[in-house]
Amino acid sequence: MRRGSLFLSIVLSLLMVLGVFNWSAQASEDVIKIGAILAVTGPASFLGAPEANTLKMLTDEINSQGGLHGKKIKLIIKDSGANPEKAISFAKQLIEEEKVFAIIGPSTSGETLKIKNICEKGKTICISCAAAEKIVNPVAKYVFKTPQKDSFAVRKIYMQMQKMGIKKIGVVVGNTGFGKAGKAQLEKIAPEYGIEIVISEVYDKKATDLTALVTKLKAKGVEAVVNWSIVPAQSIIAKNMRQIGLNVPLFQSHGFGNIKYVKAAGAAAEGIIFPAGRLLVAEELPDDHPQKAVLMKYKRDYESRFKEEASTFGGHAYDAFMILVEAIKKAGLDKEKVRDAIENMKGFVGTGGIFNFSPEDHNGLDIDSFEMLTVKNGRFVLLEQ
Amino acid sequence: MPLVFCIIFDCIMNIELFFQYVAAGVTYGFIYAIVAIGFNIIYNTTGIINFAQGEFVMLGSMTAITLNAFMPLSLAIVLSVLITMLVGAVMEILFFRWLESPSVLRMIIITIGLSIIIREIALAIWGENVRALPYFTGNEVSSVSFAGVHISPQVLWVVGICSVMVVGLQVFFKYFRYGRQMRACAANREVARLCGINTKNMVTLSFVLSAGIGALAGCVVSPITYSQYNMGVPLAIKGFTVAILGGLGNSMAAVAGGLLLGILESFSVWVMPSAYKDAIAISIMLLILFFRPAGLFGRKEEFSLKEF
Amino acid sequence: MRKGYLQIGILCLVLVLIDLVSASFGKTYYLTQLTMSLYYSLVVLGLVLLMGYAGQISLGHAGFFAIGGYTTAVLSTYNLMKYKDAAVVKMFSKAGLLNLREDLYGAEILSFHPWVGIVLSLAIAAAVAYIIGIPVLKLKGHYLAMATLGFGIIVYRIVLGTPLFGEADGVSDVPPFNILPGLSISGEMDERRINYYIASFFVVVMVYILINLINSRVGRALKAIHGAEDAAESAGVDTANYKLKVFILSAIVAALAGAFLTHFNGGIGPSEASVMKSVRYVAIVAAGGMASVWGGLTMAMLLNFLSLRGYFGSYDDAVFGAVLIVIMLFAPEGILRINPLKILRMSIKKS
Repeated sequence: MRRGSLFLSIVLSLLMVLGVFNWSAQASEDVIKIGAILAVTGPASFLGAPEANTLKMLTDEINSQGGLHGKKIKLIIKDSGANPEKAISFAKQLIEEEKVFAIIGPSTSGETLKIKNICEKGKTICISCAAAEKIVNPVAKYVFKTPQKDSFAVRKIYMQMQKMGIKKIGVVVGNTGFGKAGKAQLEKIAPEYGIEIVISEVYDKKATDLTALVTKLKAKGVEAVVNWSIVPAQSIIAKNMRQIGLNVPLFQSHGFGNIKYVKAAGAAAEGIIFPAGRLLVAEELPDDHPQKAVLMKYKRDYESRFKEEASTFGGHAYDAFMILVEAIKKAGLDKEKVRDAIENMKGFVGTGGIFNFSPEDHNGLDIDSFEMLTVKNGRFVLLEQ
Repeated sequence: MPLVFCIIFDCIMNIELFFQYVAAGVTYGFIYAIVAIGFNIIYNTTGIINFAQGEFVMLGSMTAITLNAFMPLSLAIVLSVLITMLVGAVMEILFFRWLESPSVLRMIIITIGLSIIIREIALAIWGENVRALPYFTGNEVSSVSFAGVHISPQVLWVVGICSVMVVGLQVFFKYFRYGRQMRACAANREVARLCGINTKNMVTLSFVLSAGIGALAGCVVSPITYSQYNMGVPLAIKGFTVAILGGLGNSMAAVAGGLLLGILESFSVWVMPSAYKDAIAISIMLLILFFRPAGLFGRKEEFSLKEF
Repeated sequence: MRKGYLQIGILCLVLVLIDLVSASFGKTYYLTQLTMSLYYSLVVLGLVLLMGYAGQISLGHAGFFAIGGYTTAVLSTYNLMKYKDAAVVKMFSKAGLLNLREDLYGAEILSFHPWVGIVLSLAIAAAVAYIIGIPVLKLKGHYLAMATLGFGIIVYRIVLGTPLFGEADGVSDVPPFNILPGLSISGEMDERRINYYIASFFVVVMVYILINLINSRVGRALKAIHGAEDAAESAGVDTANYKLKVFILSAIVAALAGAFLTHFNGGIGPSEASVMKSVRYVAIVAAGGMASVWGGLTMAMLLNFLSLRGYFGSYDDAVFGAVLIVIMLFAPEGILRINPLKILRMSIKKS
């Protein structure tokens, strides 16, 4: 019995090695391979799923137009489920084995920070869809990112608070990487705008009821609440605040930029103020706004193909992919030249804003990429100044 | 000690806040209690702790949300409870009925596996989106006020329906034939079988029953907490904590345990960062397991006779 | 004993063969995922002893893995540069515990040498296992499962909630671990093969320890505990002591795997501490047939390798869930014990 199982073990392990060789598809040299490491499932799927959809859509679009320099794009999407160890494994796989031209993603900051050095050493362009500032600071030669910096969002919020005469605020954040980074920026920048944070709380990302938490806020007598998270709890906090009669302005982060959260919060979402890219209010922009055409096209294409509303998260993947495509168009099929082209790219119009890269700035967006929005009748609208 | 005085002082100064916390705690307490009772029903007839108990709650509310698009709310809830009961029955028949005296370890692993599979199927069907049933009365911002305490009308629904469920179960177990047969199974399976009770059917019935109450609880709480494919596991852990807090197998004690945990959790936010709210349940669970495994209301002698 | 050496010999041969085959096809990059799988296999081997032989389920072993990984990650990345003039730091420096290096972006980092991290990881894991093992191992069945699950969740909460551990981002930029001059655990491309052999070495040692343990007095005592704990106790076996020792051993092995894999990967994240990870280890042990070193090892290599290469795509967790159910329903002895001939004969008889 024992010997039998040992024998079987050996056979299985050899089969594994050999079998794997047959599975790996024959690499054809006529394509441009672009890898993507996205959290399509798992706790960050609300980021990864629209990002993956966007990339598939754009790849099809470019290939139907004949590809780039006569070559089709082959997109390899790897679902990391937001696990850093998988992101590491996939990054090595994509770089060493598939020899991809560039990597789009990962979706979360934790994963991006893990593969930053791998991409740097593997001399492979990585355009991340995650927000943390550490991704581009210190600047790594091959690593870029498309989402706006958290600090700009914080400044936008504080500027609005100054206009409204708000001085004492409560800060609540979810315990995700996004919430953590936001909390640090909120606390760091508050004094510059003469704002005092009287209470700062972290709640669980899976929290389902925050009545007790908002009750605590109410007891502190805050003049406004800032909530920084990307999870469903941001609808719950709005609801619970109104239910217990805490009727002060509620500010959210750019993570609120998904109409699903507005629907989930229903009537309680009315009047929430938050900074976001212009994708959510594309229809409202004046026709001569530089981003209008790009935004409307992306929105229309995405919504007609996937039958769900476009979110800013998908937009980050759009920007990453199109920046890469733009650079390849300009610089040809040499990785180094394409990298240089991205680094020197100016005035690229994306969904997140107008990108102006430089050797010191691998994000390329400035504070104007944010617009203050609010919710009115269940829809996102520009906040009237 | 000074901390305790601070809290008491705070309470007196802030009687409104005090009741606000109590209200939040009671809402949750009842949901935990229902999940715990679900654990108890299955445990009593089979000796299995069903790790997939939280998944019934998820299935109930997600099904109701989908159905609600085609039919009125009340009908959707009734149908979704029936569907979840069916799932419970199928689960028992497919995975447990035909196993002959499986080990506890095997049972634990099968129910954990089922919990993962149900969750993944739910993810495939409904996606990762957060959904919610509409409020039974009023909407997201409406609230009922009692002496300065604001609570959502849905809280009253939760408390009401859960109380009715608890009372209904007691009546069922006391006065109805199947209920009494199930209790006979719980007391002693062998003897029950010798008395002509079909114990296998009783086991199926217990899965159906606990799926049903889980689903109903999922429906009433959905407007408050929202529903997502992965909502089951945290509920299962808290439900289990409550079940052993009261003493495994004892349903009325589970209600007391549920309210206790709900209120403790809610008040914990007052004195410590809310990031640690979940740690309360886990710590209580470990403390009970280590020091009083028979539960707060259970007797030690009785406990030592049970198998688990 | 001789049989044990034969088996070890075959294992070594297979491991070398895998390397040679992949090298001769020019596909050494498979070794990256194989190395990672080898480290995960260590955790599984520890669990085989705990679950299969001592019969104690643990739904918290990812917690020990994380304790190992995070301890060494924090110690080897925490920059002491700004305290470099403090007396304590100078003392550490004199004792040779510190390591000065420059990261990829030119910043100077003064941190503990990975050796310190590894030693402390193992010590902390052993201490934690000892402290929680005493009350936890008194429990049985469902209660034991829940208590270990609770422990796992607490570790997960701590790494997710503590700024020192990077909260949701985890710890990045963990340096390679120079075991000996010229021999280091790192994910660099040109050190891939040597790293595969380092990981293989630990697995072989672990298998050797297990085989010897199982065939010794201890192994017989453990089997007795598994079969009937009360009977074993009345026969004079100090069950509590044996269970605790096995628990601590499996915790140390898990921590060792966590620490080494963290250096190999260059970082660790909270997902390594999650409940799902613990459940996966249990699934692998179950698939291997609970009390089977070879089954556990094979399944650990196979399932982890496929998972890390992304063959399961978005159904990763579902695969492990299905493995759990199918194995427990139809083959509680493990996949390797399924005898195809017997099944064939049975079905022929039936028809």
